[in-house]
Amino acid sequence: MTLQAVVNNVAPMAASKDVVVDIQKMSLTFQTADGPVYALSEVDLTINKGEFVSFIGPSGCGKTTLLRVIADLERATGGDILINGVSPQQAREDRSYGYVFQAPALLPWRSIERNVTLPLEIMELSKEERLRRAHEALKLVELNGFEKKFPWQLSGGMQQRASIARALSFDADLLLMDEPFGALDEIVRDHLNEQLLKLWARTNKTVAFVTHSIPEAVFLSSKIVVMSPRPGRIIDVIETDFAKDRTLDIRETPEFLEVAHRVREGLRAGHSYDD
Amino acid sequence: MTGKLDKFCLVAAVFALLSLVFPLSGVDIDTGKNVAFVSDLPGLASAMVACVVAGVVFTWYGVTSVLRACIVLAVVVFGAWQAVAALYHQGLAGYASYGFWMFIFSLWALVWRAIDVIANYHSLENGKQQTANIIVPVAFGIWLLFLWEVITAGFGVPQVLLPPPSMIGARFASSTGILWDDFRQTFLKAVIAGYVLGCGSGLIVAIAVDRVPFLKRGLLPLGNMVSALPIIGVAPIMVMWFGFDWQSKAAVIVIMTFFPMLVNTVSGLSAAGRLEKDLMATYASGYWSTLFRLRLPAALPFIFNALKINSTLALIGAIVAEFFGTPIVGMGFRISTEVGRMNVDMVWAEIALAALAGTAFYGAVAFAERKVTSWHPSFRVRRH
Repeated sequence: MTLQAVVNNVAPMAASKDVVVDIQKMSLTFQTADGPVYALSEVDLTINKGEFVSFIGPSGCGKTTLLRVIADLERATGGDILINGVSPQQAREDRSYGYVFQAPALLPWRSIERNVTLPLEIMELSKEERLRRAHEALKLVELNGFEKKFPWQLSGGMQQRASIARALSFDADLLLMDEPFGALDEIVRDHLNEQLLKLWARTNKTVAFVTHSIPEAVFLSSKIVVMSPRPGRIIDVIETDFAKDRTLDIRETPEFLEVAHRVREGLRAGHSYDD
Repeated sequence: MTGKLDKFCLVAAVFALLSLVFPLSGVDIDTGKNVAFVSDLPGLASAMVACVVAGVVFTWYGVTSVLRACIVLAVVVFGAWQAVAALYHQGLAGYASYGFWMFIFSLWALVWRAIDVIANYHSLENGKQQTANIIVPVAFGIWLLFLWEVITAGFGVPQVLLPPPSMIGARFASSTGILWDDFRQTFLKAVIAGYVLGCGSGLIVAIAVDRVPFLKRGLLPLGNMVSALPIIGVAPIMVMWFGFDWQSKAAVIVIMTFFPMLVNTVSGLSAAGRLEKDLMATYASGYWSTLFRLRLPAALPFIFNALKINSTLALIGAIVAEFFGTPIVGMGFRISTEVGRMNVDMVWAEIALAALAGTAFYGAVAFAERKVTSWHPSFRVRRH
């Protein structure tokens, strides 16, 4: 076997290593009345199966836009992007991801249970199956017993947990979360972070998580993507190897602080203060 | 005593006292009949004394509880009964004078105070609160009817101008057969058919307008124009097109109710937030699925607004349209013919019927709204 053949053999090997999101030289430009806005420029990123990837950066750095491109809620204007080996649109139509928005976005005329079964209804699953899955998903986020309540009867943190249950209900392997805990106070947020981590460890899902909190990013992630604005681009990718069953206590450890420091340095370097 | 004198009760006491002194009826020039004072009317006199006592007592102690307010109301009811009795049985009707009106004013002050107290009542017990909530408008309504009765009878207002409510009530009770026929013709046939067709087509066209952009640009201004058409001009044409029976009235109602439903639904369909639309997109939900699961439910408060507006428009439209040709039955027909025959009490009976039917219709739609959109912030069950 020649060397060339070996190299050729290696390439498909690498691709089959469970790459969930594969982005190459992707850019996105919004055309506005004031001229083009370069939301994302030359983004390269790979997310492997089972990873917990955080996107962190100041507002306007395109982290939400990047997530929306992955979800096919925005279309890239350049470069290549593959989700599970297919286009984002195909991936969306295959319902291959669950999306959690900044706000719970629960429909107020549906009970919590019927909110969770909403995607299952659209997928035309049988009623028994819908209820079974809703029950399971609500149990995962510790909301069992609240099935018949309406969203506005629940606290903000519970509402967001219900929306996570809804994203989990149809069992997509990829979970996209756009600052899901941004509007919650820090105590609730810590609690939900721990719960989310446990959920990730248990279900082995791939998570892409947008945040602007450094501790949150470092605590949750196995990979931290540091981004910078104007134009939105990736300036650092940090891999961490904290134990999967970590608790909030690790935030006091030197390793944690070291990673947090590196993230902060990256953010500082990428941010121009001339404006 | 509560430290402050109750001014309403003070006014009531003073005026009741004055009414004891002033003449209760004027001189009848034709018969030379004497001016009547309290001494001639013992029943009314006792009511006046009761008002004086109640006024003085509550001026001093204040109407501080619902129980006291109810005592005041009881005094008022007794007074009102005596006043009506004096008008119709002691010949005051048409001749009432200063003393009588001062007594009525005294009653007014008392009833005002009592209703004010009950209206400000707050209870954690739902039953009590609801009772209080019902008493207020009912008591106020009865009081207005009483004032109407007393003023028309007391001043001897000609019945052609304004008959007293008792006369309208009597006419209503004695002609239920005719009223039912009119109700069936105007409401059960024309209004219901026109309302369902008008609202239904408005809703469907709104969905089409929302779906097809050129309709939004082309049809919406056209609909605007149709809504501006004067009903007086359209009604005779509809009679020519669809004949004398209820179909032409239904057509007028369709024209009247179509546009409010169209406009409200179009704006309702854009009520769903961007986040929710994105959410449905992430589920790869199709147009119809998103329409029925997200956009129409979100539009429901708007649609119910239109339904409520249209419930009153429909009745008006049917009655007015009947002025332009109808078989010899129907509320509008009855009003136009009875007015010509100076049977004003029958006209008022029809007006009362229309008011009842309209209120019940509106109430039914509002009740349905409450049930269907109980999730909406304006209806969520309040917790104390």
